[in-house]
Amino acid sequence: MTTARRAGTSSSERPSSRLPKPVRQALAFILIIVIIVILWEGLKWFAGDPWRPDNNPFGISHKPMWKLKIASDLNLPHVWTIIEAFGKPSRRNGPPLFEILLAASFFTFREAFMGFLIGGVLGFVLGTIFAHIRFAERGCMPYVVASQTVPILAIAPMVIIWLKAGWVSVAVISAYLTFFPVTINTLRGLKSPPRSAVDLMHSYAASKWAIMWKLRFPSALPYIFVALKISATASVVGAIIGELPSGIRDGLGGAILNFNQYYISGPQRLWATIIASAFVGIFFFVLIALLEKIVLSGRYPETELM
Amino acid sequence: MTNTPTVSLKNVTKIFNPGQPNEVTALKNINLDIWPHEFVSLVGPSGCGKSTLLRLIADLTQPTEGTVQVNGKSAYRARIEQDYGIVFQSPTLYEWRTVAKNVELPLELMKYGRAERRERARKMLQLVELEGFENHHPWQLSGGMQQRVSIARALAFDPALLLMDEPFGALDEMTRERMNLELQNIWDRTGATIVFVTHSIPEAVFLSNRVVMLSPRPGCIAEIVDIDLPMPRAWEVREDPHYFELVNHLRDTLREIEGGMRE
Repeated sequence: MTTARRAGTSSSERPSSRLPKPVRQALAFILIIVIIVILWEGLKWFAGDPWRPDNNPFGISHKPMWKLKIASDLNLPHVWTIIEAFGKPSRRNGPPLFEILLAASFFTFREAFMGFLIGGVLGFVLGTIFAHIRFAERGCMPYVVASQTVPILAIAPMVIIWLKAGWVSVAVISAYLTFFPVTINTLRGLKSPPRSAVDLMHSYAASKWAIMWKLRFPSALPYIFVALKISATASVVGAIIGELPSGIRDGLGGAILNFNQYYISGPQRLWATIIASAFVGIFFFVLIALLEKIVLSGRYPETELM
Repeated sequence: MTNTPTVSLKNVTKIFNPGQPNEVTALKNINLDIWPHEFVSLVGPSGCGKSTLLRLIADLTQPTEGTVQVNGKSAYRARIEQDYGIVFQSPTLYEWRTVAKNVELPLELMKYGRAERRERARKMLQLVELEGFENHHPWQLSGGMQQRVSIARALAFDPALLLMDEPFGALDEMTRERMNLELQNIWDRTGATIVFVTHSIPEAVFLSNRVVMLSPRPGCIAEIVDIDLPMPRAWEVREDPHYFELVNHLRDTLREIEGGMRE
C-alpha cells in the first residue's frame, strides 16, 4: 500500500522556530507601515518645512537642507499630526475626529456591502447565463465590457437622478463597479472543469441543473473568490464616489468632500479620512479572504490567505 | 449466461466533422459482441479509435452509422438507466469532496438515501483497499490511490458493465502491476463485464479473456485474440511461455499494422 501524503506533513517538517503564519503576516504588515513612515518623515527631514520643537513630539529643532513643495506641512503633514488629528474634534466642541470617521466608515461600509451584494449576485447571474447560452455571451459581452469603460463619475449622477439620492443609489453605483470581475470570473470558472469531469456527469445522465451545482459551481468557486476580493475593495471606492454627487454627508465620501474644502486649515483631517477609507477596504478584503479560506478548506494542501 | 450480449456493436462507423475539410473517419464498420462477465481489452496504436469506441459504448458520443446496444437496449437508454460505470485515465475526482463523498457522487445523483450511500461507499472503499481514507481529500492520496477511488466510484451502484479508458496509463510500472492484480480481483468479486482500453499489450493479455486489436485510419478490427490462460491469474502467469507467445503474437500484429501505416 502506498503511503498517503497527509495534510500538514510538509508544514510540520519546517523548522519549528518559525512563527505561525498569521503572526508573520501581521509582522510584515507592521514592517511595511514602519518603512512608509520612515520614508515619509525622511523626505520631510531632508526637504520639508522646518521642524520646530512645538510641531514634533521629540522637541527637535531642525532646518531641512532642501525644499520640496510636495514635502511641505500643507501637502504632506507629519505622521504624528495625522495621528493626533484622530483624537481632536474636527469642529469646535464637536466629537473627536475618530468618532466621526468611525461612524462614516460604518455608513460607507454598509453602502459598499449592499453594492457588493447586488453586484456579486448580478455578476454571478450574468456569468451563469453566459456560460450556458453561447449567443447570450456573444451578444451581451461587448456591452458588459463597454459598460466598464464608461467612467463611474459620468454614471453616478444619472443613477441619482433615476433612483433619487439615498443609500440605494449609492449601492447601485457601487454595484456597477463590482459586477464586472464577478461576471468574467464566474464565466471562466463555470467553464473550467476538464472534459472528463463533465463526461463523468454525463455518464450518470446528470441533469444540467445537477452538473451546474455538483460540478460547475464548486469548480468555479476559486475563480469567483478572486473576483469577490477585487469587488470588495472596488465596492468601497464605488460607495465613496457614489456619495459625492448624491449629497450624502454621513459617509466617507462626504467626509472627504468636507475636509477637502477645509484642507488649508487642517490637511491632516483629509489624510486621516484617507487612512480610514483604506482601512474599510482592507477590512472588507480580509473578510472575504477569510470566507474564502473557510469555503475552500480542504481542497488544496494549503489555502493561501490573500 | 444469457443470449443477450452485454455490448453489441453492429456496423459502427464514426466520422468526426463530416463534410468538412478536417473530416476524420475514426472508426469504420466495427462489429463486436461482448458477453456477460467477459473482460475485453481494446488495444492498438495511438489514434486507432479505441477510446472513441469506448465513448460510443458509453453514449458520450454517437455513431455516424450503425447501432450500439448495451444490455439489449440502445446505448442512450443504457446511459440513462445507469447500466455502466466508467473510469477515465485521469482519476477525475472532485477536489472539493472527500474520498467517501466522491464515491457517493453517483449515488447522490441517483437519489440513494444517506445511510445507504455511506454504507456503499464504505464497502467500495474496502473493495479497493482504502478503508480509513474516507475523510481524506483527493490531493492527500497518491496517483494509484486516486485511481482506486475512481474505480470504487464507478462500482458504487453495482453496474453490470465497467468501462475503463486507459485507467492505469498515468501510473508508474510497479503501481500499475499491483493495480492489475487488484482489478482482476475486483472483476472476480463483482462479476462485472469489463471493457478495458490500454496501450500496453502485456497488461491486456494478463487481464483479458479477449484482446481486440484495432488498426488506425480508419479504425477497424485487425484481430481478436482469445486469451486462454487459466483464471484467476496470479503473478506467475507473466512467466508462463504461453503468456509470452500471446504477447509476442500481438506485438507482431501491432508491428504489421504500424508497418502498413508507414507505407
